[in-house]
Amino acid sequence: MSVRKLASAALDGTDVATVGNLPAAASLRGASVKFGHFTALSDINLDIMAGEFWTILGPSGCGKSTMLRLVSDLIPASSGEVRVLGKPTEAARLAREFAFVFQDATLLPWRSALKNVELPLEIGRKRGVKIPLGERTPRELLKLVGLEGREDALPHELSGGMCQRVAIARALVCQPKLLLMDEPFGALDEMTRDRLNLQLLQIWRETGTTILFVTHSIPEAVFLGQKVLMLRAHPGRVKAIVDIDMPGAREMRLRETPAFNRYCARLRDLLEEC
Amino acid sequence: MSVTEPTPSATGSRPAGGVSDEVRLRLANIAVPLGTAVTLLVVWQLGVRLFGVPTYIAPAPSDVLAVFRDDFPLLMRNFWPTFFESVMGFFIGNTAAVLIAVAFVHSRLVEKAFFPIAVFINTIPILAIAPILVLVFGAGLTAKVVIAALICFFPTLVNMVRGLQSVNPQTLELVRILSASKAEIFWKIRLPSSLPFLFSALKIAATTCVIGAIVGEWIGADKGLGALIIDSTFNFRSPLLYATVFVSSGLSVLLFTLVTLAEKASVRW
Ligand SMILES: Nc1ncnc2c1ncn2[C@@H]1O[C@H](COP(=O)(O)OP(=O)(O)O)[C@@H](O)[C@H]1O
Ligand SMILES: [Mg+2]
Repeated sequence: MSVRKLASAALDGTDVATVGNLPAAASLRGASVKFGHFTALSDINLDIMAGEFWTILGPSGCGKSTMLRLVSDLIPASSGEVRVLGKPTEAARLAREFAFVFQDATLLPWRSALKNVELPLEIGRKRGVKIPLGERTPRELLKLVGLEGREDALPHELSGGMCQRVAIARALVCQPKLLLMDEPFGALDEMTRDRLNLQLLQIWRETGTTILFVTHSIPEAVFLGQKVLMLRAHPGRVKAIVDIDMPGAREMRLRETPAFNRYCARLRDLLEEC
Repeated sequence: MSVTEPTPSATGSRPAGGVSDEVRLRLANIAVPLGTAVTLLVVWQLGVRLFGVPTYIAPAPSDVLAVFRDDFPLLMRNFWPTFFESVMGFFIGNTAAVLIAVAFVHSRLVEKAFFPIAVFINTIPILAIAPILVLVFGAGLTAKVVIAALICFFPTLVNMVRGLQSVNPQTLELVRILSASKAEIFWKIRLPSSLPFLFSALKIAATTCVIGAIVGEWIGADKGLGALIIDSTFNFRSPLLYATVFVSSGLSVLLFTLVTLAEKASVRW
């Protein structure tokens, strides 16, 4: 079932798109965001199904970050509706249904790697907030991202790539059903980025979480995404949704295949039209 | 001159002999300023003796040393009152500044209401306000503590407000997504972020609180380093005056060192 069909099904009267009994991980219905008179996002209609990996591309300033901030309840929709796992975004935030990974790791510099991963578990605990515990402990998560043995290191003792991996572990600690990532590897060198891409795919397969991943790298978008969402600017709208359908495992060699390069070329053309 | 030589070689290459190079570098860091100080003292001693400067105008270092030997109990008797005034002023002034900074950061209204007053108080020279405080609080301990506290107050207030506001906006978004309460944001994010700012203010305060206490003693006191400075000046006991000045700066250095140690222990990032 394609996304476009689901979106049109919603317009036909179905309230929230579902696969089986699962509500969409995120659904936007005519969602717009205005900053004063400036329209950053206009009439976005999307359904991100549970377990999918979406990458978001678009010219800079087209509203990619705004879209993630909208889904994560950091900014309100000026009109339209946004739901995360069938709930309003605020309810989803309070239930810790989603987590956010920023471009810079935003670790607390006075906390060790492990303590940083534990932060989400501490917040709200004294107030009796029910914190969803993941299957993995913070220690296991650090191991999952390849930082075993560095639990006690302070952020300034870690490289940029390591810090970002701590941030990913922190995002996973409440076992979010939706992971929002805003150019998380944008500031890293190419080799580190490639390694983290593979690691992220492995995490995605192991946890089954839904991922919305903003990037400005076309190859990265094609390599990671099952679907690539292309936004265009002024105002931010959906330009295209491209299904990435490549046989075989996602490994680095995939990048040399003709299919991969065809997708990249097509997205580059689309980006130029924006 | 030989003491300066290890520095470049130690920073330049540090392969096998890394540890010994480090030791040499650290020795050089101590030896260079120490050597300079000793040289200056020798020049001073020789200058005073060669040109026959009268002791009441400029005593030789040996005269000052003699005071430390003969009048040490007198110096100590006057050291402790100033020490207590400085330390109490330090704690009271900085605690007030930190609490008011927290109030400012929590409420724009409080900041609007009180910040101009804080600025106004800061613009009054401490020398001008000291006599008033002595009149109000009397010639005892209180006036000196208040003056010392007052002199610490403003730099800490300004630094602490900046420190509490220094949180990276993205970190605030992170904790907003975690639905953190205001109290959690304060204790887990704002307060730790402010520590480096607080300590740079406390280092300033460690030396200015001593100045405050001494100024207070000038106005009216019969004990303390400030009183001893006035007393020895008017009695032309210059070696005692110089010795008192050294003890005063020793007190500042002591407090500064304590703050630096506390900083090293609590700010490790
Ligand atoms: N808080 C804000 N106030 C005003 N304008 C904003 C704000 N946040 C983003 N914008 C504007 O909205 C547009 C989209 O921004 P953003 O989502 O950050 O773009 P990008 O696709 O590069 O991530 C930009 O033109 C930006 O200037
Ligand atoms: Mg952006």
